[in-house]
Amino acid sequence: MTLSMRPDFSTIAGWIAPDARILDLGCGDGSLLAHLRESRGATGYGIEIDDAGVLASIGNRVNVIQSDLETGLAGFDDQSFDSVILSQTLQAMHRIESIVAEMLRVGREAIVSFPNFGHWSHRAQVLLGRMPVSQSLPYQWYDTPNVHLCTVADFDAFCAERRFRVNERVVLHDARRVQFMPNLLGSLAIYRFRGA
Amino acid sequence: MSRAPGSVGIVEAQRAVFDEPLALSSGATLSQFELTYETYGRLNAERSNAILVCHALNASHHVAGVYARQPDSEGWWDNMIGPGKPVDTERFFVIGVNNIGSCFGSTGPMSINPATGQPWGSDFPIVTVEDWVDGQARLADRLGIERFAAVMGGSLGGMQALAWATRYPHRIANALAIAAAPNLSAQNIAFNEVARAAILTDPDFHEGHFYAHGVKPVRGLRVARMIGHITYISDEQMGEKFGRQLREGIKYSFDPEFEIESYLRYQGEKFSEYFDANTYLRITKALDYFDPARATGGDLAKALAPAKARFLVISFTTDWRFSPARAREIVKALVDNRRDVSYAEIVAPFGHDAFLLDTPQYHAVVRAYLARALQP
Repeated sequence: MTLSMRPDFSTIAGWIAPDARILDLGCGDGSLLAHLRESRGATGYGIEIDDAGVLASIGNRVNVIQSDLETGLAGFDDQSFDSVILSQTLQAMHRIESIVAEMLRVGREAIVSFPNFGHWSHRAQVLLGRMPVSQSLPYQWYDTPNVHLCTVADFDAFCAERRFRVNERVVLHDARRVQFMPNLLGSLAIYRFRGA
Repeated sequence: MSRAPGSVGIVEAQRAVFDEPLALSSGATLSQFELTYETYGRLNAERSNAILVCHALNASHHVAGVYARQPDSEGWWDNMIGPGKPVDTERFFVIGVNNIGSCFGSTGPMSINPATGQPWGSDFPIVTVEDWVDGQARLADRLGIERFAAVMGGSLGGMQALAWATRYPHRIANALAIAAAPNLSAQNIAFNEVARAAILTDPDFHEGHFYAHGVKPVRGLRVARMIGHITYISDEQMGEKFGRQLREGIKYSFDPEFEIESYLRYQGEKFSEYFDANTYLRITKALDYFDPARATGGDLAKALAPAKARFLVISFTTDWRFSPARAREIVKALVDNRRDVSYAEIVAPFGHDAFLLDTPQYHAVVRAYLARALQP
């Protein structure tokens, strides 16, 4: 089984302490957990609802629990993981506030990555009157799984309103870090934060 | 020798006699016992590729393949086990064993009680899942298997896999608990009690000593099986398969008129011909008693703490007898212990019986899991 290596993986791996306990929400084929296992000695579980993802995770020898994130994380005790990761899944979730609250309940910190709707190419397409389609948002408006797209500025405000302590914020484009005007020039945002 | 593709082909049951006494959970002791078993595939030189398959209520050691000159005698999990199948006998050495107290060759109520020279009947001790596992461990010793690559089973068989993981943590690398639960719900015990009442009140039961009377409590067994069968399939499946279909129209009688009635009677009839009533009573009791958390004040995580194996837990969406919620209790207890566990919830309309069927995602998950099972 070949593992996919998404651009946010190495940033996330850099934040994971050796031998950390990880919960990866929406783990897909388990490639992030497999990467963290190989690179950091991390252990833990992935949660995935999709049959193909569950099967691929098992094939990658990643612990995967088939479950619907929208129903919460009832099977996990408070503060039982070092990090709870939501990698490029936030935008497809319905109940954002409750899943973020659950992440901070079961984990000491949350790591969230999402495509930045504020990237200039998305703004330009909206200005021209069309819903954006790009490398980071590859879907047409009628078949997209994304229901809660946001910008870097939106997520900054979301965290600030809840007094989350944002320890790290990395914005990437083409796998390179964007320091200058990240909400305009970055296409993928990765946050690492703790509760109030 | 010709054999169907994917089949282990013609198989033969074997016997192992144990003269060392076996202490049972009830306090009773079996001074000696015998196990009937079958094996498929080859034990490797390191003796590290053995998989033990545990059976549920009415099944046996005959897990895969067919008996010579009996083409219809396919093992009960033949779709799962064989060359190239999810439990691949080209890679694994697979053992099916008939549990103590059953009626397919291993020591049970139909065997001769050495103390009396008569069949045990009701005097055969009540056995538990733990007793079965202890018996299976003796067989593993006999076959020279120090550690199983996996112990697996569906339903009551999954409970045995759980018991293996906690009772012999160093002797099992992987546990596959399929359509299993950490214990029976009150509703489940209730169904078992109705089934037992049907047998116990059959005039042909003779307090369990019916063998001497040359009769069998077939009426009780039939009703017991009919009740069981209702709980093994889903309402949805029953509706789809039978609905309200009539065989020959309404006749205002108590003969079987609806298709479902005739189906249940057929199942009950068939079952009563081959199954022993004393065994049915005992196996349902073993189910009722199974509750690893009883010893830990109801704390399942604490009960599973000794386990070291990696786990695969599988449930089926329409299984209302051992529902996904019960499987998730097992998963949570393992997660609380930081054990390696994967959990798949298979969409299947077949109710509890789904564990015997070959839903593609189900078989693919078992295949993918076992493909990596021999890695340290």
